[in-house]
Amino acid sequence: MNELRTLLGDVVTRLFTDRVTPDLLASVEKGQWPGALWEAVEENGLTLPLVAEAKGGAGGTWGDAHVVIRASGRHAVPLPLAETIVAAWLLAESGLEVPAGPLTLAPVHRDERLSLSRAGGGWRLGGTASRVPWGRAARHVVVVAEAEARPHVALVAAGDVRVTEDRNLALEPRDTLVFDVAPVVAAAPIGARVSPDAVWFYGALARSAQMAGGLEYLVGQATRYATERRQFGKPIGAFQAIQWQLAILGEQAAAAGTAAAHAFRAADRGDPAFEIAVAKVRVGEAAGIGASIAHQVHGAIGFTYEHALQFMTRRLWSWRAEFGGEGWWAATLGRSVAARGADGLWPLLTAR
Amino acid sequence: MAAQAFAFELCELPPAAEALRAEVRAFLRAELGDLPPVRRARSWGGWDREFSRKMGARGWIGMTWPKRYGGHERSALERYVVGHERSALERYVVLEEMLAAGAPVSAHWVADRQSGPLLLRFGTEAQRQRFLPAIARGELAFAIGMSEPDSGSDLASIRTRAERAPGGYRVNGTKVWTSNAHRSDYMIALFRTHHDPAKKHEGLTQFLVDAKSPGITLSPIIDLRGSHHFNMVVFEDAFVPEDLRVGEEGAGWKQVTAELAFERSGPERYLSSLALLVELIREVGREPGERAAATVGRLVAHLATLRQMSLSVAGMLEAGQNPNLEAALVKDLGTNFEQEIPEVVHALLGVEPTIDTGSDLQQTLGYLTQNAPSFSLRGGTREILRGIIARGLGLR
Ligand SMILES: Cc1cc2nc3c(=O)[nH]c(=O)nc-3n(C[C@H](O)[C@H](O)[C@H](O)COP(=O)(O)OP(=O)(O)OC[C@H]3O[C@@H](n4cnc5c(N)ncnc54)[C@H](O)[C@@H]3O)c2cc1C
Repeated sequence: MNELRTLLGDVVTRLFTDRVTPDLLASVEKGQWPGALWEAVEENGLTLPLVAEAKGGAGGTWGDAHVVIRASGRHAVPLPLAETIVAAWLLAESGLEVPAGPLTLAPVHRDERLSLSRAGGGWRLGGTASRVPWGRAARHVVVVAEAEARPHVALVAAGDVRVTEDRNLALEPRDTLVFDVAPVVAAAPIGARVSPDAVWFYGALARSAQMAGGLEYLVGQATRYATERRQFGKPIGAFQAIQWQLAILGEQAAAAGTAAAHAFRAADRGDPAFEIAVAKVRVGEAAGIGASIAHQVHGAIGFTYEHALQFMTRRLWSWRAEFGGEGWWAATLGRSVAARGADGLWPLLTAR
Repeated sequence: MAAQAFAFELCELPPAAEALRAEVRAFLRAELGDLPPVRRARSWGGWDREFSRKMGARGWIGMTWPKRYGGHERSALERYVVGHERSALERYVVLEEMLAAGAPVSAHWVADRQSGPLLLRFGTEAQRQRFLPAIARGELAFAIGMSEPDSGSDLASIRTRAERAPGGYRVNGTKVWTSNAHRSDYMIALFRTHHDPAKKHEGLTQFLVDAKSPGITLSPIIDLRGSHHFNMVVFEDAFVPEDLRVGEEGAGWKQVTAELAFERSGPERYLSSLALLVELIREVGREPGERAAATVGRLVAHLATLRQMSLSVAGMLEAGQNPNLEAALVKDLGTNFEQEIPEVVHALLGVEPTIDTGSDLQQTLGYLTQNAPSFSLRGGTREILRGIIARGLGLR
């Protein structure tokens, strides 16, 4: 890891360790917006790693963004941070200005389409997007929609969107946004280097890193608990059955971290479709196994709201299904592998 | 270090390694031609001395060893340059290409992977001069003499004794499961040179044992498929000269631990069932249905991730680090994956596994279904590896 990333890692870890406490998480789940946390994140320049320095960003790479997004997952940061990073990148890649404040992305479902059309000198947006992450909290929504027979990126202000609140298992906002011929702040054809599926792919990429971070947390938390909790006169971590469960958790977290890092490296190289599919499948599977082991090791206390474990496991159960679950990505990956033929597998693998 | 998740830094293969890959593939195409899948499925189990010599001639054995162990043969026979001082990553590419092609690498695999590196690290200069060049030429095959009838996972409990005798040691006892002992030239064996039940890890010493020494009796052990690859080796007053002791008396445990790390760290610990995955993809065709596609995709996601993890371990070796823990972790994940493939193929296709009739897929499934149980035993069992990982988590 290069020095810049180490530095970045230190900054986010310090910030999130200090500020993202169980109390804060619980208050956000009750509907509070953690404004001070957002400001600290924005002030530290964590929201725009992929935007050029000339445009107020950090001028970094996906590899740098990975450090921030992974840490946001590790600390269950209750902000649309990953969404803002991806949305800002989409805007910048398409030559649009990146506004301050939290952003989100829409539509997040492959089968939902919004319609963008010219109106006077500007643009208007119509349609409905469901389960938009942090829809109510975003100051702007970044949308990918077809217009004039090509995909465009459009920016819509929060005030011009009708929001119906909804949420995922972790009580993170997953809202329905209705664009009723909504005015558009700016729109442009999607950047030449960006695929029309970008929200889906990079959303999956971001969730992979968040989950990989979440699994790192589970390893640390469950291992610590196993050394503290005593039964039969010794720490439960002294029992081989518990040791093996934690070893498996460690393995799954390591596999998840590798798969996610691999996908971010591919994003920097261009054409990361294969690696993103690999990551979403592998990390999603690890998330299920990891959550189950972490709960088993914690016993009843981990099944309470009081204990912080649930902040992570509920996120993992939701995140693995968002932007396509393992089944969808595995089938997509399987079809692309099959299409190359059996003898194409090894050359494909070694070329990545 | 309690409560730290494991770090696997991605490793980038240098251009030299990728250039080498093309060369290795061309060699394998020429050498192996249309090797049937069931033969490829033997992975590193195929034995062919001639093939090993060709590998040696290419400079693909002992790739990372210092050049000076070319000895005098280097000037006499220039193409037998020994020790190429190539990077661990170039070596990695050669290994993974051999495994992916199912090349018969068994006759040099153990020596290249662990016996040579062991001698390089702990052997005397004379031992290095004597053995390393021949290993690198693909001419010397090694077996591993660790396990005994009463000592498997609890390796430190071994009882085969090496007692001082004029000019060397006299050995009595029994080794078991010794792969390829019947066709190897030497065995690197772990013997007890000092007995103190309270300190079983002390008093162990490693030796180079000439397979043709008097006092050694080999008997084949037939595996569940009916084939002979491992053996029982009985020592009755077998003599091992002093100069074939490896390292100091009593240093055996430390050395054998290092040797096991070499043994566990390579790509052979996740690629054993690759041939079956390839046949599965052939079987489901270029436009598979949803269930078949998802099955293949999931296995490929695991495979691609394991390769990155395995490469990461190679990168740590290249950087001079000691990735014991990471190697144990990749081996456990990797052998689970290897074992899962025949199960998944069975669940998806429901075809009968066969021995030597039926389709390539059926035969490959037959071979791997029967071989799979060994994957999580050989080189340290799953349970022992998980113990190592738990120690890495600070739990032991
Ligand atoms: C194909 C093959 C090739 C081999 N080749 C060689 C070779 O060339 N040279 C060589 O020296 N050896 C070789 N071995 C032997 C191999 O190293 C041993 O099988 C292995 O170390 C396990 O020992 P064991 O078979 O005696 O099983 P045991 O140690 O008796 O174990 C039986 C079961 O008990 C479990 N167990 C044991 N101790 C513990 C513990 N403390 N906690 C929890 N579970 C435990 C094991 O994990 C295993 O599941 C080979 C084995 C195989 C299968």
